[in-house]
Amino acid sequence: MGRTMTRIDATFARLKSQNKKAFVAYIMAGDPDVERSLAVMKGLPGAGVDVIELGLPFTDPMADGPTIQLAGQRALEAGMTLDKTLQMVRDFRATDANTPIVLMGYYNPIYSRGVDTFLAQATKAGIDGMIIVDLPPEEDSELCLPAQAAGLNFIRLATPTTDAKRLPKVLQNTSGFVYYVSVTGITGAAAAQAADVGPEVARIKRSTDLPVIVGFGINTPEAAMAIASVADGCVVGSAIVKEISTGKPVADVLSFVATLAAGAHSA
Amino acid sequence: MGERTQMEDGVNSFMTGPDEQGRFGKFGGRFVSETLMPLILDLEARYEFAKTDPTFWAEMDDLWKHYVGRPSPLYYADRLTKHLGGAKIYMKRDELNHTGAHKINNVLGQIILARRMGKTRIIAETGAGQHGVATATVCAKFGLQCVVYMGAHDVERQAPNVFRMRLLGAEVIPVTSGRGTLKDAMNDALRDWVTNVRDTFYCIGTVAGPHPYPAMVRDFQSIIGKEVRWQLAEQEGEGRLPDTIIAAIGGGSNAMGLFYPFLDDPSVNIIGVEAGGKGVDARMEHCASLTGGRPGVLHGNRTYLLQDNDGQILEGFSISAGLDYPGIGPEHSWLHDMGRAQYVSITDKEALEAFQLSCKLEGIIPALEPSHALAHVMKIAPTLPAEHIIVMNMCGRGDKDIFTVAKHLGFDMKI
Ligand SMILES: Cc1ncc(COP(=O)(O)O)c(C=O)c1O
Repeated sequence: MGRTMTRIDATFARLKSQNKKAFVAYIMAGDPDVERSLAVMKGLPGAGVDVIELGLPFTDPMADGPTIQLAGQRALEAGMTLDKTLQMVRDFRATDANTPIVLMGYYNPIYSRGVDTFLAQATKAGIDGMIIVDLPPEEDSELCLPAQAAGLNFIRLATPTTDAKRLPKVLQNTSGFVYYVSVTGITGAAAAQAADVGPEVARIKRSTDLPVIVGFGINTPEAAMAIASVADGCVVGSAIVKEISTGKPVADVLSFVATLAAGAHSA
Repeated sequence: MGERTQMEDGVNSFMTGPDEQGRFGKFGGRFVSETLMPLILDLEARYEFAKTDPTFWAEMDDLWKHYVGRPSPLYYADRLTKHLGGAKIYMKRDELNHTGAHKINNVLGQIILARRMGKTRIIAETGAGQHGVATATVCAKFGLQCVVYMGAHDVERQAPNVFRMRLLGAEVIPVTSGRGTLKDAMNDALRDWVTNVRDTFYCIGTVAGPHPYPAMVRDFQSIIGKEVRWQLAEQEGEGRLPDTIIAAIGGGSNAMGLFYPFLDDPSVNIIGVEAGGKGVDARMEHCASLTGGRPGVLHGNRTYLLQDNDGQILEGFSISAGLDYPGIGPEHSWLHDMGRAQYVSITDKEALEAFQLSCKLEGIIPALEPSHALAHVMKIAPTLPAEHIIVMNMCGRGDKDIFTVAKHLGFDMKI
């Protein structure tokens, strides 16, 4: 589509030239409070994270399992807002100009702000892309198309129920990468086997040149390696959020993340 | 108001929605995750087919008649009319349906559809438990597995309905996520659906959710308004339409069922009654989405929602568990913005007064939900002439609510 290269595009181009798989980590903005979550976020690139998915808390996270639901509740109870989430991104950008940030969440907080205002604020803060769970291709005119016009990537989920007939529609306005949800279910559900995921990723890759990253249920370095080896990379969310919820020191959370990243990078 | 708006906006009919995107104006839509999208498109296709399939409606009509007990009576409330001293008041007696509310009208339609789609497992959300009981009932009748999600808070305050569902063979899952209310039950039902999408049918209890649910549930509930049309003509003379129709609104299904067949009759004044809780003001202790909320996106559709400045959804508050929902069906949002229907709110206190008046004057113990509609009738009937006909939807009976009411009236149930 001839758009300018985002940090996400640049990161995947670099990984490809190094023949390396991507490791994507998810954390919830403001969980358990801004200070701790920013400390974790700042440490992620050093722990080997290639792309950061930053959760925007929402009261009604319909596609999330208990771990991420509770993280969102903790963040909201500690006073997290959209403005503070954007401030977190600005603070992160002050120390890291290159690691891509993908905002992940639900549409209402963005719709409530106003799409144009939000896109201007997000771009300025240093967000590179978005995954908005409750915006399927059928609702592209809401946010997907305006976001792409504003120079942000709009990353779409493909799932086991996305059949051959529907896949082109899902891929049509997707940019940055494709997030393949390996199981029908919510975040933190049981993981799929690499042997089952491989053919699905191959099926998607036959229809797109975008990197295909696989997530849902990955919680060990071994699983990260196994899944990354049959895709362009993998995402870990609930397992990291669970570590944060134990109240461990930030350094311990980051060394756990580093083992996962090493797993993915060894694929 | 409706007449003028209709002319001004050049709308020929209020009955053609939703459009192909599932929109009523800007409201409605399909705001769901990709996993559910193929299923929702399939459901839409199956429903479009069923809508014009005579065998589908033959099955519905047979069950409505012999299992539910339709048509429900249209009853002239003689003593209430005299007491209020104004308009002539009719009650549409959907509280006499099997299971005690209008909810079963819709459940039958969805379960017949689910069976035709080959689904073997049915899930539902419930607040007061009426939709859960109706779903458990129809599942028992057809031998289908039934799982009902109910907020932990509602499980406590609606204990008799929980036992009913269990007797009927349903599994009731208390929902503790969020704050354990109807909206959280709906979240958990959606999470179940995403996980078990291949064999599971989600039977939604009101005119909300992603397209095609708002339209489909409305169509199944429209039997209420269709019956009112011919029943009133029978009692008041050929061609006589009601002057005002009134219904309570939680998600808005009993109201859409009464309103829809009259949307294109400009002489019919349409009023929806939201739950005003402790009063519609800055304390936000109410469930009046239209009077106290603003447009947002939740549970698959865009509609008026109770939310804070940051787009976080607020909990509703109402004495009635069935009205305790921070949203409203998207078609109501559209009718509101178009000016075709008027929406008002009634407080807990006013609803309790109406509840007692209906018991005393008519020998009808109403559910707390239609008590809200009745409370508005009490406000306007005295101001209207004797030839003005009001039809209110008595959409549920009050057996489930006697404990709540006893508590509020300071009556000790142990006596
Ligand atoms: C008797 C009764 N009326 C009304 C409602 C509210 O739903 P709706 O607005 O969809 O009719 C309920 C919900 O539980 C109910 O039980």
